[in-house]
Amino acid sequence: MDLAKVERFRDEIRLKTLQELHHLGFGHYGGSLSIIETLAVLYGDVMQVDPDDPAWEDRDYFILSKGHGGPGLYAALAVKGYFPQEMLYTLNQNGTKLPSHPDKNLTPGVDMTTGSLGQGVSAAVGVALSHKLSSRNNRTFCIVGDGELNEGQCWEAFQFAAHHKLHDLFVFIDDNKKQLDGPTKDIIDPIDFAAKMDAFGFYVYKVDGSDVAAIHQAISQGISQKEKPVAIVLDTIKGQGVRYLEELADNHHIRPNETDTAAIEQAIYELETKLQQEVRG
Amino acid sequence: MISTVYEKEKREMRQVYAETILELAKANPDVIALEADLMSAITTNKIKAEIPNQLINSGIMEANMMGVAAGLSLTGKIPYVHTFGQFATRRTYDQLFVSGGYAKTNIKILGSDAGITAEHNGGTHMTFEDIGLMRLVPQAHVYEASDSTMLGYLLRRIEKEYGVHYIRTIRKNAIKLYEENETFEDGKGKLLRDGEDITIIATGIMVAEALQAADILEQHGIHAAVIDMYSIKPIDAELITEYAQKTKAIVTAENHNVIGGLGSAVSEVLAENHPVSMYRIGVREQYGQVGKVDYLKTYYKLSDRDIAEAAIKLFAR
Repeated sequence: MDLAKVERFRDEIRLKTLQELHHLGFGHYGGSLSIIETLAVLYGDVMQVDPDDPAWEDRDYFILSKGHGGPGLYAALAVKGYFPQEMLYTLNQNGTKLPSHPDKNLTPGVDMTTGSLGQGVSAAVGVALSHKLSSRNNRTFCIVGDGELNEGQCWEAFQFAAHHKLHDLFVFIDDNKKQLDGPTKDIIDPIDFAAKMDAFGFYVYKVDGSDVAAIHQAISQGISQKEKPVAIVLDTIKGQGVRYLEELADNHHIRPNETDTAAIEQAIYELETKLQQEVRG
Repeated sequence: MISTVYEKEKREMRQVYAETILELAKANPDVIALEADLMSAITTNKIKAEIPNQLINSGIMEANMMGVAAGLSLTGKIPYVHTFGQFATRRTYDQLFVSGGYAKTNIKILGSDAGITAEHNGGTHMTFEDIGLMRLVPQAHVYEASDSTMLGYLLRRIEKEYGVHYIRTIRKNAIKLYEENETFEDGKGKLLRDGEDITIIATGIMVAEALQAADILEQHGIHAAVIDMYSIKPIDAELITEYAQKTKAIVTAENHNVIGGLGSAVSEVLAENHPVSMYRIGVREQYGQVGKVDYLKTYYKLSDRDIAEAAIKLFAR
């Protein structure tokens, strides 16, 4: 992996996510930002995909089960070249191709319609099963939220994936420790995702979800094993990469006030400057 | 075209399902049957034995099974999902609605043990709502198979038609209605018996009851037309309107709640096209219970006599 390249890709996705949501004026900042590093590693290095041919048969599949992270995914797809970046400013506008929750029938590069929590995991398992049944090597990547794991369907899907030894399935748990109504430990304490996934029959890696090198390393290790599906527990922060948003208490869905707006604009300015300097440097 | 002896078939509907899916799966490696631990109830274990890669038993996890089916469809597979009707619809409704209908995936669903035919499984397993639920899924096709010829034909036909298809059926022996060469189009009903005085529109096990009711009515000098409306959505609005114009009144008959099912669908067509007097035979504001089909038929007023009585009252109005 070219670390510098993936980190630049990450910065571009984060910048585009912020610009996209800032343009709309409100939205799911917290959970979009916490998955940026993972999206950068997947779309910037790991996944075999072709933006000019989103339906390419030999592609790897990506399903964002935590559908409310859609704005982050759209930014990654736009930076990758699936559609023009200006399209990001149509997020949630009437008649848009970018609804807040992904719709596979609207957006180039979106593999599955998600948003009703828990369902994307099962669809990802179905895709991985299909490839296994057909003796194909396509990989399936799925990001699920820590709050989303309240849904029993996820645990059904994990049992099923382990039973069928779907080793080309990679489940990322975005452990950002907050759900809509507050900290996950106060609502449904997850206790220990890594131990649970291990008990459910997965290979488990626990990584710093803000560290692209660490995420990449975990995926590489997961790829090298051929027995069980892979779970990567991402230690993340809701609002990740923007200090002000990380520290904001209620950051699942933000309707920014003046102070918030100034902080978001400052973060956009800093990322723009950083990327320009990299281009010059 | 149709038999008039009202005799039970030798082949059970579950055998028809298992044998047809086995035939389809052998011919097409993309056909995958999914079960949620009811393989032995529907006799698909023979598929598991012959082509194990094309029958996936998900275990008792219907919501996940529906999502897995959607995932299989994303990669070009043709999943046939079976479980009892209430699990296939009530239990997985958001999954089949979002990952199925809304996501525009290709899922074939068989809901077995329709209505009172769940018999000794009782109220928890007795679905009087599945037609209604499935009618509310945009673009979903909803059928109720009335005999083995029809079930086999529908299962084969929908393999070639993309989208969410729901077939409701009983699991055991139906009354023989159709010869082996009969065909069943999407959005069409079958006129099984013509008549000028009143029309009975029925589905599933109620088709045979409707034919028997027509015999009773004949003794009262009332000539009843009988239609098998196996395609509940899309529904044959043309045929319904034609018979509303031709006969004096319409009785619908279904092994389902009168709300949301065939009776609702027919009344919607009539209200918009040609309102006539009608009565809906079906379950009214009640839950299921254990019992034999004959007992339950009487209890829920689903017998040929109930249909005939309703028709006589309507005709006399």
